[in-house]
Amino acid sequence: MSFQTAVFYLFAAILVFAALRVISVKSPVHAALWLVLSFFTAAGIWLLLGAEFLAIALVLVYVGAVMVLFLFVVMMLDVNFEEMRRHFRSYLPVGAAVGGLVLLEMVLVILSGTKGAGSAAAPAAGSNTKALGRLLYVDYVYPFELAAVLLLVAIVAAIALTYRRRRETKIQDVAEQVKVRREDRVRLVRMPAEKREG
Amino acid sequence: MDALIAPVRDFLGPAWLPIWTLVKIVALVVPLILGVAYLTLVERKVIGYMQVRIGPNRVGPFGLLQPFADVFKLIFKEIVVPTGANRYLFFIAPILAIGPAVAAWAVVPLTDTLVIADVNAGLLYLLAMTSMGVYGIILAGWASNSKYAFLGALRSAAQIVSYELAMGFALVAVLMCASSLNLREIVLGQEGGAAYWYVWPLLPMFVVYIVSGIAETNRHPFDLAEGESEIVAGFHVEYSGVSFAVFFLAEYMNMILIATLASVLFLGGWLSPFPILNDVLIGGFAPFGDGLLWLGAKVAFVLFIFLWVRATFPRYRYDQVMRLGWKVFIPLTLVWIVFIGTMMQTRFAPLFH
Repeated sequence: MSFQTAVFYLFAAILVFAALRVISVKSPVHAALWLVLSFFTAAGIWLLLGAEFLAIALVLVYVGAVMVLFLFVVMMLDVNFEEMRRHFRSYLPVGAAVGGLVLLEMVLVILSGTKGAGSAAAPAAGSNTKALGRLLYVDYVYPFELAAVLLLVAIVAAIALTYRRRRETKIQDVAEQVKVRREDRVRLVRMPAEKREG
Repeated sequence: MDALIAPVRDFLGPAWLPIWTLVKIVALVVPLILGVAYLTLVERKVIGYMQVRIGPNRVGPFGLLQPFADVFKLIFKEIVVPTGANRYLFFIAPILAIGPAVAAWAVVPLTDTLVIADVNAGLLYLLAMTSMGVYGIILAGWASNSKYAFLGALRSAAQIVSYELAMGFALVAVLMCASSLNLREIVLGQEGGAAYWYVWPLLPMFVVYIVSGIAETNRHPFDLAEGESEIVAGFHVEYSGVSFAVFFLAEYMNMILIATLASVLFLGGWLSPFPILNDVLIGGFAPFGDGLLWLGAKVAFVLFIFLWVRATFPRYRYDQVMRLGWKVFIPLTLVWIVFIGTMMQTRFAPLFH
């Protein structure tokens, strides 16, 4: 067994274990942290495949940004576990059915669609950032731009739908502050020195 | 050198690569930790003199042994775990803070040949590693089971995520100039003296990078995560002894990292600003040639800016920090990236390479 294979099995074992812990631990904060670990090991496996750009982007985007915001929200949750677990039995059949369906779909995909995908030649080391850039910005530039515009619209829509200006909050107008000159605020008074009494 | 190493390599066989890598890592990390120790002393001295004080001068000549006194004091202190704290996360948090701070150094080239891993996507790797440092802070705040620590962690998380964007865009500008993600090639792209450094075409980006760097490392005037006047000491209020020392180490190591990166990306790394002097021999040596000394001088200069800023400015208010990040830096960097891209298509293109 070569060194790379050994590392792969190590990462794979950690990944599977961490993914299992994500759905089995009680505390949502711990679940989020296990998810971070599984993202990280998945990035390690991608690195072994020679997909260094994807691996680093996974760490940068998901571990570095998305999961931080996720933890941010999850940490502030005040979850009552007794309340959550009370309906466990009544929801079990529906949950099991959905889970079974997903499992079936995955098995079907794995059994049918792997032809060709697994045999993709490993790209020459180092060039894959450049190759991806060429694909995104030259070959598929219109779909890529379209996706970008779609995301922008989604951002604007999310803000427009949820933003409401509250009357009672006071907001600093920085431009107004910067515009202020000394003459507007300070008045120099010239007065003669006075003699001290007594 | 090779004649010395070869027999050891043959003796160790397949174990050679991991052992040799470990030796290289130790050779990098030990000087770094010493650097951190003396950075704390320099900080206290510099701020002392700026405030017309002398600073530490009791332990050893000129206070030179002060860092060791501090370290021994911290080592012998008790580690107190607060009631209701999450024990595992409480102890993992400092490790998560220092891990990325050390790991990022793997791709930083100190000279043309002195680098642990000459990775092609070095710049991306650095971004990924520095973005992970925030976990140490968030977890420390959450696991301490303390309101102040938690508030500090939330502030810091929001701040670091915001400034990372501006920092990333500043790096994008650098990689547009260098047309490479490899840090060694970025430095080599600035060859030819001080006039060719990227700091000139990218001056606004340099400023954005330094200020974001100060914000990323939670340093004054952006140290709202600590904010001792409002939330005592923020995320590490419950930490004591060695676990506190590790947070301290991580913060200073990040500072040195940011300073080194600023030197490598904008100030020509190990390259001399006056290549004419490269071959001038004084006593058989070429003291002004390209090398570690120039990098050291540049890093020291950027670190001095960090300390200078700390001694000079009052702390920002939280909404002002957010405004600076989102409404000033991000638009500025975006505009500058478009500007550089446009200029590269004109006849002024050589100015931007």
